[in-house]
Amino acid sequence: MSSKDWPLWEVFVRAKGGLSHRHAGSVHAADAKMALEHARDTYTRRMEGVSLWVLPSAQIVSSDPRDSGPLFEPAEDKIYRHPTFYKIPDGITHI
Amino acid sequence: MYTTDLSGKGKAKAETATAEDPALLAAFEARVANDEFIEPKDWMPEAYRKTLVRQISQHAHSEIVGMLPEGNWITRAPNLRRKAILLAKVQDEGGHGLYLYSAAETLGTSRDEMIEALHSGRAKYSTIFNYPTLTWADIGAIGWLVDGAAIMNQVPLQRTSYGPYARAMVRVCKEESFHQRQGYELMMAMAAGTTGQKRMAQDALNRWWWPSLMMFGPPDDKSPNTEQSMRWRIKRDTNDELRQKFVDITVPQAEAIGLTVPDPALKWNEERGAYDFGEVDWEEFYAVVKGEGPVAKERMQARQKAWDDGAWVREAARAHADKRAAAKIAAE
Repeated sequence: MSSKDWPLWEVFVRAKGGLSHRHAGSVHAADAKMALEHARDTYTRRMEGVSLWVLPSAQIVSSDPRDSGPLFEPAEDKIYRHPTFYKIPDGITHI
Repeated sequence: MYTTDLSGKGKAKAETATAEDPALLAAFEARVANDEFIEPKDWMPEAYRKTLVRQISQHAHSEIVGMLPEGNWITRAPNLRRKAILLAKVQDEGGHGLYLYSAAETLGTSRDEMIEALHSGRAKYSTIFNYPTLTWADIGAIGWLVDGAAIMNQVPLQRTSYGPYARAMVRVCKEESFHQRQGYELMMAMAAGTTGQKRMAQDALNRWWWPSLMMFGPPDDKSPNTEQSMRWRIKRDTNDELRQKFVDITVPQAEAIGLTVPDPALKWNEERGAYDFGEVDWEEFYAVVKGEGPVAKERMQARQKAWDDGAWVREAARAHADKRAAAKIAAE
């Protein structure tokens, strides 16, 4: 990122009470307070949210797509973790 | 929200991706062909990245420059209702520009570089904004036709293969329909008004019709990058397909409010189930792309001035943030 730009912040919006914050996009801002103001103007012009989180994009640690095999594939052959793996006779209920 | 495909004019003409790792390339092509989304950290061919940076930033610039011709009219809106609507619309265009700049930044270009490219004239924006807004009816025509054409371009982009671009387009499309409807409503009011008002509405349609058809970009046989972009699912429909669709839905809308589309060749073709229409003046289009539109210079001067006038604010905000951060560290 060019040093001429204000730092980048990721914006998370809670659409309504009871839901978790969800990533909406990003904004540039000089500091946290301004990031919240920009997030409000950019991502909630139509009552899209009741709460905002902003955090510096540089602080996000993410997995590398090249590691997605070792990270996620081991779960593929563990189908016994799903309830549908188990055969229950007809007539048995509440299970 | 606006976009014009200027792929025929771009520098980043499909460098063929053959120089890259064939296995990675094959895996990429397969994912795209399978309608999977490509995300920022995924491997992608350099030409795909370049095409996207060009297209998304061009799209963002169009949003930002698009604020100028309409912003001109905010103080002259005929009543408070129209003024509030226009303010909200112009603010939306600014927001759309920001969503798109953010999407482009995920590809490794900086905001600053993009803005510099716009101001220096290296980057293009939609040719439509190099036409002047002469009367209040132009505000109606822009919403109805220009935003209407933009929607036509943007709806398929919600499924474009690059995830951040697709997500930005979902947000934009949700907001865009208000832009078109307020424009049509404005035209409808004027078309039903005094003789003078109706004349203004017709005049605005006359002037904006052809530039709106140009918004879909050059004809398919003159759009060399279309094939590559379609294969990569960056584009989902060709320029001519979208242009036809726009004509077919817009002509009845004009008729319904008693306005006439300025095209003597326009005729319903029963066999095709679509309108035949006249040839777009592509000479004019390419001239406007090259920056020869009636108000191209004025637009860039206005942009540059806004940027320069705001420089002290950007610097002061940064200095303030640095000072507070230093004070916080000292206090700890």
